[in-house]
Amino acid sequence: MKTIQIKQIIDNVAEMCIEANTFLSEDMIAGLRKAEATEESQNGKEILGTMLNNFEIAKNKNIPICQDTGMVVMFVSFGQDLTIEGGSLEEALQAGVAKGYEEGYLRKSVVSDPFIRTNTNNNTPAVIHYTVVPGDGLKIKILPKGFGSENTSALKMLKPADGMAGVKEFVLKTVETGSPNACAPIVVGVGVGGTMEKAAIMAKEALGRPLGEHNPLEHIEALEDHLLEACNNLGIGPMGLGGTNTVLGVNVEVFPTHIAGLPVAVNITCYVNRHVEREF
Amino acid sequence: MAVVNIKTPLGKKERRKLRAGDHVRISGTIYTARDAAHKRMMESLEQGLPLPMDFTDEIIYYVGPCPAKPGEIIGSAGPTTSGRMDSYTPELLDRGLGGMIGKGNRSERVINSMMSNDAVYFACVGGAGALLQDCIKSVEIIAYEDLGTEAIRKIEVEDFPAIVVIDTRGNNLYETERKKFANKQWN
Repeated sequence: MKTIQIKQIIDNVAEMCIEANTFLSEDMIAGLRKAEATEESQNGKEILGTMLNNFEIAKNKNIPICQDTGMVVMFVSFGQDLTIEGGSLEEALQAGVAKGYEEGYLRKSVVSDPFIRTNTNNNTPAVIHYTVVPGDGLKIKILPKGFGSENTSALKMLKPADGMAGVKEFVLKTVETGSPNACAPIVVGVGVGGTMEKAAIMAKEALGRPLGEHNPLEHIEALEDHLLEACNNLGIGPMGLGGTNTVLGVNVEVFPTHIAGLPVAVNITCYVNRHVEREF
Repeated sequence: MAVVNIKTPLGKKERRKLRAGDHVRISGTIYTARDAAHKRMMESLEQGLPLPMDFTDEIIYYVGPCPAKPGEIIGSAGPTTSGRMDSYTPELLDRGLGGMIGKGNRSERVINSMMSNDAVYFACVGGAGALLQDCIKSVEIIAYEDLGTEAIRKIEVEDFPAIVVIDTRGNNLYETERKKFANKQWN
């Protein structure tokens, strides 16, 4: 049976917050390079070039890619045989976020109450989703989520009769309305099925899937391909200023649902789609 | 692509020359303000109090920067979504504000107010926080320090890259450019 000290968790979470905000993953950079090569709009091509150039500057100066270093979302997969020593896991994860945002000179963007809106000054609390799994492993995935794109996300409880066509229409409409404000080219996470909150959590988790990787279900892979092509025919383009690259990827996750329902959640992220994962 | 160099403050005559689609490099003093600072300025106006500064011919940059690392004057500083300021903007345009820098489309009410006040709206590349930070040469907080990243800052910029997206005549790049690339077969 494995034992992990909370200090190890705090230090790792802090490092992951800084890493995610400073270096973009290779899959995202490759996706943007491809977009730059294929973009038909001159403005769009230039904007994509600026985005790629910015990643280099951030890396070289060791500063955040984007000033919106996000509200931290975490997916924690916790082995039921694992022992955490020295304190509470939840407190360690939150302390890691506070440490990372302070030491990394990241922007603190969280307010303590949605109405009173006083900054908590350490970017906590993070939103943490736990899954308990067999074994004694611990996997932490961190997604600092910017709100320019988060604000353009949407959820709808469709009827079973709406089917695949209804889901396509809702995703396309959400992308059409949202992407000019969401720092396109965006990545679209879609959760279909389950209950209201299950659909939303799947949509969020789908954003962390490496770009270019498809859902293993054949009919869902076809849906992803269709949506990607349809979104890129909207003409919205990089930063909404016209072009053929509006969406870099559409990642759809599905889950069993009720006989009466067809929940669908669309979570949008900007091209600075940050996700870092570590296993212990 | 031709680039127009502009200097702040930006008078009406210069603003009228700019056209949607122009790529510009902005140099001079601009002011940062976003959600909380705008809300506070509107509260001041409601109470009959003055604004913290005179915005005549000035430019507001919608940004909440990251903290400065040691040896730097400011952290990453890219634009935020302008639409959240739409309900406040006409009040400032009526008081002389000459332009705004941000990202994303504006409301019809803002565009109408821009046309009647000869104001310009610029967009810069969202997410390009590190690249835009490089163009900032000095920083001074001039109001609402307690708002932290949302305080009003007076910043000096040099060759700050932006695109005119809505001009003084209401020409709007968000509307015109999209049509050129939309594939009707699909939509």
